[in-house]
Amino acid sequence: MTTSRAERPAALYDIAVLGGGPAGLSAAVAAAAQGSRTVLIDAGPRPGGQYWRHRDGDDGALHHGWSQFRRLRQELAAHPLLDHRAGHSIWHVERTDEGFTTHTTHTGHTSRDGIPRALRSRTVIVATGAYDRQLPFPGWTIPGVFTAGAVQALLKGQGVLAGKRIAVAGTGPFLLPVAAGLVGAGATVVGVFEAGLPTAFGRHPVAALRNLPKLAEGAGYLRTLLKHRVPYRTRTAVIAAHGTDTVTGVTVARLDDQWRIVAGGTREIDCDTVAVGYGFTPQTEIPLQLGCEMMLDADGSLIARVDSRQRSTVDGVYVAGEACGVGGAQLSLIEGELAGLHAAYASNGPSVDRGRLARLVRQRAAQRAFAAAMHQAYPVPDGWQTWLEKDTTVCRCEEVSAGAIREAVDDLGATDPRAVKLYARPGMGLCQGRVCGYATTCLVARANHRQPTADDLRGMAARPVAQPVTLGALAAGADDNGS
Amino acid sequence: MGAACAYYCATAGLRVSVVERGAIGSGTTSACEGNILVSDKEPGPELDLALLSSRLWRRIGEELVRSTIEYEAKGGVVVAGSPDSADGLRHLTAGQRTTGVDAVDIGPDELFELEPNVTRQAVGGAFYAQDAQVQPVLATAQLLRRARMLGATVHPGTGVTGFVRDGQGAVTGVRTDSADTPVLYAQWVINAAGTWAGQLSELAGAPVPVLPRKGFILVTEPLPRVVRHKVYTAEYVANVASSDAGLETSVVVEGTRAGTVLIGASRERVGFDRSISLPVLRKLAAQAIGVFPFLADVSLLRTYLGFRPYCPDHLPVIGPDPRAPGLLHACGHEGAGIGLAGATGHLLAQHLSGEKPDLDLTPFRPDRFEEATP
Repeated sequence: MTTSRAERPAALYDIAVLGGGPAGLSAAVAAAAQGSRTVLIDAGPRPGGQYWRHRDGDDGALHHGWSQFRRLRQELAAHPLLDHRAGHSIWHVERTDEGFTTHTTHTGHTSRDGIPRALRSRTVIVATGAYDRQLPFPGWTIPGVFTAGAVQALLKGQGVLAGKRIAVAGTGPFLLPVAAGLVGAGATVVGVFEAGLPTAFGRHPVAALRNLPKLAEGAGYLRTLLKHRVPYRTRTAVIAAHGTDTVTGVTVARLDDQWRIVAGGTREIDCDTVAVGYGFTPQTEIPLQLGCEMMLDADGSLIARVDSRQRSTVDGVYVAGEACGVGGAQLSLIEGELAGLHAAYASNGPSVDRGRLARLVRQRAAQRAFAAAMHQAYPVPDGWQTWLEKDTTVCRCEEVSAGAIREAVDDLGATDPRAVKLYARPGMGLCQGRVCGYATTCLVARANHRQPTADDLRGMAARPVAQPVTLGALAAGADDNGS
Repeated sequence: MGAACAYYCATAGLRVSVVERGAIGSGTTSACEGNILVSDKEPGPELDLALLSSRLWRRIGEELVRSTIEYEAKGGVVVAGSPDSADGLRHLTAGQRTTGVDAVDIGPDELFELEPNVTRQAVGGAFYAQDAQVQPVLATAQLLRRARMLGATVHPGTGVTGFVRDGQGAVTGVRTDSADTPVLYAQWVINAAGTWAGQLSELAGAPVPVLPRKGFILVTEPLPRVVRHKVYTAEYVANVASSDAGLETSVVVEGTRAGTVLIGASRERVGFDRSISLPVLRKLAAQAIGVFPFLADVSLLRTYLGFRPYCPDHLPVIGPDPRAPGLLHACGHEGAGIGLAGATGHLLAQHLSGEKPDLDLTPFRPDRFEEATP
C-alpha cells in the first residue's frame, strides 16, 4: 500500500469556492475582499471557466465581458487572502467536524497520474456551472457531431475550428454566439436550426426591458449571421446526421410546436460538422454529495435549492451560478458576489454593506426574470423522441439504444430511470450519465406516461465520485488528517 | 428474494401478487454484486442452503437463458497471503468438501495461472468451481417477468402499511399506501422485505430481528478481462461470520460482463446511514491494490452502498411463523441474499404446495430468537 503521496491537508480556509467560472471568480473575489481566507479550486489551467475559456495572451476579442474578467483575474492574482488552485479536479466533497474537505486530483504537466490534494474549509461555495444538454438523434455519435459548447471551447481555448462546413442546431440563445463565432473565424455555417419558435419572449416586456444589453447582444449576433448570409431557421432541427467515419451531411426537418416532424418538410444538407445544443445541464454532483435539497427548474433541469443569500439547505454550503438555475454569465456573477459576501459575513462577521446587497438583490431579480422568460421561450417538448429509431444510441458509453430503454420499461417493468439504468446500463459508463441522463430520464418518463420529476433526474445525476480518481490516489489519501 | 419466491410459487401453480415499496430490485438488490457462493460458508445449515441454491440458480439460468440475467459460472479463487492463512484455508476447504463443496487447494503456480495479475506475494489459496454470479437487478426483473407470464401480478411503488387478520388472528392480507390496491387479500403473506423485513415483521406482530449492515462497493472504469474469477482473501470468510459492530473490510474483487471491476467488501453496523465514508473507500482501495497491484493505476468510476439484512446468529429466517398463522418469512440472508434466493423461494413454494421441503427449515425458523433470549 502506498501512502507516501498522501498530502496532509494544509491550512483551514474560511471559504473554498468550487469552480472558477463567472460565479466562482466573483464569489472568491468578493469573499476575500471582506477578509475571508479563501481558496478558489478549479479544474482548468486558467481561471474563467467555460464562459471565459481563453488562451495564454488572449486579447479577449472572442469574449463578452472581457474587462470584467480581467478585473476579477487581477484580484484573484493579487489578493493576499485568496489562493487559486488551478488544475485541481474535484472528485468528492466531504463533510467534517470543522466544515468540509474538498478532495481533488491535481493534474500537473509532467505526470499522467492525478496527485491527490485535499483542501479544508469551514464553508464551501459551489459554483460548478453547467454543460451542454444533449438530445440523441440518429447519427449523433458519428465523429463530426459536437456539442455547441465543445465547438465554442475549441475555438476560444485552442483557436481551432471544428470543421469547414458547419450546421448549428438545437434550441436557445446560445446557438447564436456559437454560430457568429464560427463565421467570424472563417467557417461556413450552413445554417442555424432553432427547434423552438422564440416568440414567447415578447410576453415578458418587463424582463426584456431590464435586460436591453442582452437583447442587443443577441441582435448583434443575428446581424453577423445576416452579413455572412447564414440562414437562421426556427421550428427546424437536425433530426439525423449521415456518414460513417465522419459526418457528410444532415437531415433537417420542419417541426410542429411539439417538435414532431412535419410531413414533407425534410431536406438533406451537406456539411462536415454539426454543433448541437439543447440548453444546459447544471453540474450538481457536489450539492448531491453533500445532501442539499434539489428541485426541478423551469427548463427541466435538476438544480440546488437556495435561499435569498444563496444558501443551500445544508449548513455552510452556498451555491451560485448555473448549479442553482441556468441563467447565464451575468446572473452567475451576481449570485457569486452575493454568495461570497454572505459566506464572508457568516464566517468573519465583517460589517454588512446593505446598499451593496440591495443593489445585487435587485440585479439578481432582473436577471432571474430574464432567465425565466428565456426558459419559457425555449422549452424542450418531447417530440424529439419521435426522431429516434429503435437502434438509435442513447448512451454512447455503454452503447444502449432507445429500443433497449423501451424494453426495460415494457418487458421488465422499469418505472423510473434508475431502474432502467440498472437493467439496461444507460449512464453506467465513463461519463456516468452526464451525456445521456436527461434524455434517458425523458424517455423513461414518457414511456411510463408521465413527466420527468426531480427524483428521476437525481437517479441519473448522483455521482459520489464526481471525477474519476485512480484507486492508487484514493488509497494514498489514507493518512489525511482532515477526514 | 421476493422475486424468487414469486417465481417458484407461480411455477408451483399458486396465484401470486408482489407488493414492492419502490421500483423492482431497488433495495439491497441494486447495491450488491449478485454472488452465488458456496466458498464463503463454513459447514452448517447455511452451506446446505447455499449448495441447494447454487444448483437451482444453474437451472434458473438455463430456463431464463443465461445471458438475460448475466449468469456466469465464473468460479471463486481465495488468496492466502501467508502460510498461516493458507493453513487455515486448508482446514476450511477440508470441512467444506465433506458437505459436497468442490473446493481445491492450490499452490502459487496454480493461483497465478488462474489469476495472472494477482500479487506475487500470495503463497497459494483455494479454487471453488461452483461459485457463480448473476446481475442481481436483471435477475430479479427476469424472475418477475417469468412470474407475470405465469399469472402473477406485480405492484411497484406500493408500500405495505399493515396486515389484515381474521377472527382467529391469522394473517389474510396486507394493507397498502396505494389508492389502486388499498388491500390485497391472500391465504399466505411472505415477508421478503430485505433489510426492512424487521420493520415489516413488527407490523405483523411477529418480530424477527433483521438489522442493517452497511457495505460499500467500488466500481472501476471498464477494463479488458484482467480479473477472471471472484477473488477474495482468506480473511473474508472470518469477516462474513463475525458480529463485530465496528468497521470490517476484506478484499473481494471481481470482473463483470460490462468490463468494470467491482471491489468490496466493508461491513459496518451504523443503522441506515446513507453517507459516503471516505476512510472506508480508501481502505477498500488499498486492500484491493494489495491483492491486484495493477489496480493502483485504474480509475474509480463510482461507488455505491447498501444495507445487508442480517440476523444476530447470521442465519436467514425462512418458513412459516407460528406466532402469526398465514405469515411466512424469507429474509435475513445478510450478504448472500441473491445466492440463497433460489433455495429460499423453492423451499417456501414446496412448503406452500404441501410438499416436504428438500431441506429441513428448523434451523431457519422465525421464532428461534425468542427461545434464545430468556
